[in-house]
Amino acid sequence: MSEAGADLGYTKAELMIAASARQLGGVSNCFVGVGLPNIVCNLAQRTVAPDLQLVYESGVFGARPERLPLSIGDPTLATGSTAVTSMFDLFAFYLQAGLIDVAFLGGAQIDRHGNLNTTVIGDYADPKVRLPGSGGACEIAIHARQILVIMRQAQRSFVERLDFRTSPGHSGDPAHDAARGWHGGGPSSVVTDLATYGFDDATGEMTLRTLHPGVRLDDVRDNMGWEPRIASDLDETRPPSEEELGLIREELDPGGVYTK
Amino acid sequence: MSKVATMQDAVRDLVRDGDTVAIEGFTHLICFAAGHEIIRQRRRDLTLARMTPDVIYDQMIGAGVASKLIFSWMGNPGVGNLHAVRRRIEKADPAPLEIEEYSHFGMVCRYMAGASNLPFFPIRSYYESDIPSVNPKIVPMSSPYDEDDQVFVVPPLNPDVAIVHAQRADAGGDAQIWGLLGCQKEVAFAARRVIVVVEEVVEESVIRRDPNRTVIPGAVVDAVVEEPFACHPSFAQGYYDRDNRFYLEWDRIAKEPETLEAWLDEWVYGLSNHAEYVQKFGDAHWDGLRPEPALSGEVDYGRYA
Repeated sequence: MSEAGADLGYTKAELMIAASARQLGGVSNCFVGVGLPNIVCNLAQRTVAPDLQLVYESGVFGARPERLPLSIGDPTLATGSTAVTSMFDLFAFYLQAGLIDVAFLGGAQIDRHGNLNTTVIGDYADPKVRLPGSGGACEIAIHARQILVIMRQAQRSFVERLDFRTSPGHSGDPAHDAARGWHGGGPSSVVTDLATYGFDDATGEMTLRTLHPGVRLDDVRDNMGWEPRIASDLDETRPPSEEELGLIREELDPGGVYTK
Repeated sequence: MSKVATMQDAVRDLVRDGDTVAIEGFTHLICFAAGHEIIRQRRRDLTLARMTPDVIYDQMIGAGVASKLIFSWMGNPGVGNLHAVRRRIEKADPAPLEIEEYSHFGMVCRYMAGASNLPFFPIRSYYESDIPSVNPKIVPMSSPYDEDDQVFVVPPLNPDVAIVHAQRADAGGDAQIWGLLGCQKEVAFAARRVIVVVEEVVEESVIRRDPNRTVIPGAVVDAVVEEPFACHPSFAQGYYDRDNRFYLEWDRIAKEPETLEAWLDEWVYGLSNHAEYVQKFGDAHWDGLRPEPALSGEVDYGRYA
């Protein structure tokens, strides 16, 4: 696998952040997670989505964090926000009623249809690794109109078959998905440390869209548990711009907590 | 009527072996001091409920106070795992831990049902998820008005004891909270017994000047404990910041049963109360966690005499 990222003047994390932020153009209400998604959303707010409202499951709508939050319940999210709500209001009125345009999810395992496992590796009753569980992910996957996934890619995380389905993605049958009657349209993109993916309209299957600079198709194949569907116009991921790198390094994560 | 008590007395009188206990607070206002007192008084066989079992329940479960956990997300937020909880779930080391899990919205609605005296609460969640297959209490149900409209229902959760932290309350237990609200209100109304722990006990007139900020009325409160810094390493908005370094350090402490036991000996069993814990950290530590002020604007309720 290429480790050329550093030679190109940016880290893998910085590339993942920039590539994800560009997908938020025109988005209004975005459910933010901690870590990379948090930097992604703050970058998008300063570039492609100036009207982006940052929503946190801790009950914050319209956050304006003055420092990089280290958890989704950081006090900097409450101070100066548009609204602090009860968690019932947040999940019922904002999420379940369909106000959330985009949400970020990740997981220990993802399958080719974007179903996610954050519950357990191995058997539920006799787990090899007990993971955190759903948190809000299950209902976020169902109600946010679009799901963006950010996670590192490997054989053990991009799997043919999940050990546990915590949060539903596409079913593989678009007619079934259209009849679900949920607000959620399921995952629309996956950004990894190697590549970016969309989802095929006809099959709901993850489709390789761009390879990061220096990454070969074989690197991608070697790091997933199925043979990937490849877009006919497979392209290279556009590297982060000077402006994007400046914002990430000087404003959003000056300590390099998530981007080194 | 004053309900002011010491933490020691409140836990002794209101938390019993075998109880279902909920110490709530979503990142914010997690009452670690109450957890430590429960450990110190060596309660046993508790069912611990909490949306996000984090370091406080790792400490309590590591100390052996609980036999069951009801939750929706377990972890050390922003850091990683709960090692003591995982040892018990994955290896039954040193004893098994029964678990019952939901999603966040499911847990919120369990408290809502409990607080509202409802037999269940319907939500649109769990569709095509494996969660109901491992928790038979999450049940699919058709709408009585539209057979094709399916929801899932969750049962009420009425803990024997809720322990909620708030910034301030009067001596009668009327408690005000600002910043992240978590499920403090819902769990307090749902629980049979309620301990409110505050940074400051204030005059009733302070509460009455801003009634919209009162989240929990004294009518449902059994004891009020004044215990500054009781949330550490969690935080109280406007009073002190989250001690993120402690959360990182806990990862190392909890990794081995021996280091966890040594920590409990030094910081819980070795101290008689939370004031000693605060003193042991020293003033410089607390000064470092104090935020700059950011006062709210005032509103005019008007006087209608």
